[in-house]
Amino acid sequence: MSILLEPLSYPFMLRGLVAVIIVGAVCSVVGTYVVLRGMAFFGDALAHSILPGIAIGYLVGEGARQPLFWWALLAALVSSIGIGAISRSTKIKEDTAIGIVFAGMFALGIALISTVRSYTVDLAHFLFGNVLGVSIPDLWLMGIFGGLVILTVIIFYKEFLVLSFDPILATTLRLPGRILDNLLLILIATTIVVSLQTVGVALMVAMLITPAATAYLMSKRLPVMMLLAACFASLSGVIGLYVSYYAGVASGAAIVLTSTLIFALTWAFNSLKNTLISKRRSIYSKE
Amino acid sequence: MDIFKEFRKNNRLVTRHDSHIETGGSVVRISGVSVYYDGNLALDQVSFELNPGEQIAVVGPNGAGKSTLFKVIVGVLKPTEGKVDVFGSEPGGHICIAYLPQRNQVDWNFPVNVGDVIMMGRISKLGLLRQPRRGDWEIVRQALSEVGMQELITNQISELSGGQQQRMFIARALAQEAELMLMDEPLSSLDPQSQEDIFTILKKLRQRNVTIMVALHDLKTASERFDRVLLLNKHLIGFGKSDEILTAERLVEAYGGHMRLVPTPEGLMTLEDTCCDEGGNIPE
Repeated sequence: MSILLEPLSYPFMLRGLVAVIIVGAVCSVVGTYVVLRGMAFFGDALAHSILPGIAIGYLVGEGARQPLFWWALLAALVSSIGIGAISRSTKIKEDTAIGIVFAGMFALGIALISTVRSYTVDLAHFLFGNVLGVSIPDLWLMGIFGGLVILTVIIFYKEFLVLSFDPILATTLRLPGRILDNLLLILIATTIVVSLQTVGVALMVAMLITPAATAYLMSKRLPVMMLLAACFASLSGVIGLYVSYYAGVASGAAIVLTSTLIFALTWAFNSLKNTLISKRRSIYSKE
Repeated sequence: MDIFKEFRKNNRLVTRHDSHIETGGSVVRISGVSVYYDGNLALDQVSFELNPGEQIAVVGPNGAGKSTLFKVIVGVLKPTEGKVDVFGSEPGGHICIAYLPQRNQVDWNFPVNVGDVIMMGRISKLGLLRQPRRGDWEIVRQALSEVGMQELITNQISELSGGQQQRMFIARALAQEAELMLMDEPLSSLDPQSQEDIFTILKKLRQRNVTIMVALHDLKTASERFDRVLLLNKHLIGFGKSDEILTAERLVEAYGGHMRLVPTPEGLMTLEDTCCDEGGNIPE
């Protein structure tokens, strides 16, 4: 028991735990749509392309946190609009457009940060997160924006469901598909910015898709998938933080590794179950 | 808030569409419609009209533009030229059109059960922010019992057979209260019994005056089971009673080399689209 309680005596650990639980819930609810609509590459790219926003916020705000948040959000929105504009106005396919924007923005971010003397330390924080450095105002920002994201997903639940399952039905039902698609992009962008401090830019995609994919293997209905994904993500966050505390591993990496392990176990269990079922079936069919 | 405005606009249109039934005349009026798809001509100057309650078979070789035609009527694709008029307005001006997708274009692993899919047909009637109520679930159950699937309401969609998948989409169209149903290859790769089940449902829909267009491969089914046949290969080759339309001359025009003509004692032809045989059968 003391193993579990001891780290909690440090306020930075407590704040970190609250942060990973918020991020886990927000990421997995939005990540469910990322997985179901096959947008994993887009999510990864969007996470990377907020780096110039962070860099500008960092240079302008001289270390203050709040400007980072807004500049990162702006960079994410500019990138997702840019991707859409390129793939719509040229014959270039969407994944190529994503690649171009993502690499270009990421390079711009690195270039901007490299102008600062303490370059490597700062860059590492942005790339891999620093969940133990989360402050109380950071938590408020995460809580409010994370809450808004989840609220929006709940409000437009039916509409997002139809749009993801059957876009043609969405058209015949006169749903404003273009607006809803853009709204989803804004939700993904906001989620990424909210989660930035926990796992950082480079590992962000894991928070978006790994818990959601784990839940996808086990669930038959969308609300169940979202709930399970949120549990897996928050659990990975908490376990990851403890592992990082005791083993001295980087916290972002520990969180992502835990979540990968849960996925691997679920996958193995699932495959085992399926082979058993098909074996039993083949025995029956022989009789 | 743009999005709320958009939703409110839709709700107005939803209430408006209810009045079209009394206007009579044709359900669908297509005049001079051409569609260019990625620079290729997919539909060429197609014009026709459908009467209320008609059941139409749409036949033609692969790539003849059957799906494109459906997408234009549904409003997913805008025609490059020409005018599409459904229930007296542009496509998208009403929510009583149902498009039943080809089964291989659906993600059957999507985490929804049969009831969830049927309920999707109701969401415009529900409106924004409202959860389905008991009455909506009653409509869902009714729609499912119409197609003989009431006991499958909680099944995950991946557990359904091909025939059940198709009937589920018909039930969704019923829950949507669709008055025009467009079915894209509903019979392909179904066993004879499942095909028969679909025709039983089509017969019921006839009594409700639902207008139906079905894209088909099998010309024999098209001629036996439908009121009129629409023969398409980019342009409209013929539209009318099957014995007038499925003539050797017209079929050669539609299918070109991809066809087998087999004369039968009654003088009828049994004809197949042999594009799937890799073009090995070229008729004399």
